[in-house]
Amino acid sequence: MMAPLFKTGVFGEVGFIIAALLIGAAFSFFLEQGGLANARKLTAQFYLTDFTVLRVMFTAIVVAILGLYWLALLGVLDLNLVYLNPTRLWPVMVGGILVGLGFAIGGYCPGTSVPALATGKLDAAAYLGGLLVGIFGFAEFFDSFASFTKAGDLGPGATLDSWLGVSPAVVTFGIVLFALFAFWGGSKLESRFGGGEAGS
Amino acid sequence: MSQSEKTKIQPKPYMNPYLAGIGLGISLLAGFVLVGRGLGASGAFTRLNAAVVETVAPTHAHTQSYWKKYTTKKKAPLDNFLVYQVLGMIFGGLLSGFAAGRIRREVSRGPSISSRWRLILAAGGGLLAGFGARLAGGCTSGLALSGGATLAISGWVFLMCFFGAGFAGAALVRRQWL
Repeated sequence: MMAPLFKTGVFGEVGFIIAALLIGAAFSFFLEQGGLANARKLTAQFYLTDFTVLRVMFTAIVVAILGLYWLALLGVLDLNLVYLNPTRLWPVMVGGILVGLGFAIGGYCPGTSVPALATGKLDAAAYLGGLLVGIFGFAEFFDSFASFTKAGDLGPGATLDSWLGVSPAVVTFGIVLFALFAFWGGSKLESRFGGGEAGS
Repeated sequence: MSQSEKTKIQPKPYMNPYLAGIGLGISLLAGFVLVGRGLGASGAFTRLNAAVVETVAPTHAHTQSYWKKYTTKKKAPLDNFLVYQVLGMIFGGLLSGFAAGRIRREVSRGPSISSRWRLILAAGGGLLAGFGARLAGGCTSGLALSGGATLAISGWVFLMCFFGAGFAGAALVRRQWL
């Protein structure tokens, strides 16, 4: 077990900062290259004309799942040292709905608005301004819904495989099938509802 | 056609989405392998907020129940993985935009909405997303991508709610984009 390299002490604080900068740069580079810094392209999938977002996102998730799985199987990566998001069912559902509405209305999600701003999109600046105000409002009124933020807590290790009682390989296989079906379905819808070039 | 439109550089086409997805997936995997965590975005802006509040109203920042989670740690609020990662994102976006000739000061909008209304809706969408991301404990990067890759239930629940609400919301703002 060597990885995660920072947690196993292979590199220190300076390496940590450099890694963060490089990972962020690569993330944003591929978002922009894929067209995910373009609000019209991002929202086009909701009108069934361009499923680029779905293709990029699901490909990324599948690549990362397979990478994590194989690196762990080869004994290179200790998954116990990898951060796992906790699951608090109710706040994550309401939060997901709000971020999704914000995506359709605002044209971005927090991540995609950064390369959009870097490439000169003024609406991305407005989105980020709104984002900062929204976060500020949440923080200032936190006490009013502090208990709701913990509602439906599934406890530590809340993963799809443990919930379904199957091995991670089975879940991974299911996700790959789902992704392939979504890619196929997206292409069908695109050819039916036209375009494929929205906002480009 | 205006002068600026005549002289503008024709941008390069976007990368194949599956290739971009592979690149994105490797960036995400690099996060797990190098530092033991995935990507994020909204967390960095929460820390920016916390740092501003700490500067303007230090007592409030150190005692208020939400801000104090960020301001009373050993490290300053901005000395954090997500903050460096988002700084890196500005460079990555610039690099890609320059390479493809896509850096242009503009308001992205559909043909039937004014710039002013587009900016108002963008800010409104950001507001909802900021509040929602804090409620959910992450956004599309921190929950859908990073949580999704680690098979976290929260990541997949977020992803489904995010896309579902996106479709519903898009029906309301059709005129903005089409």
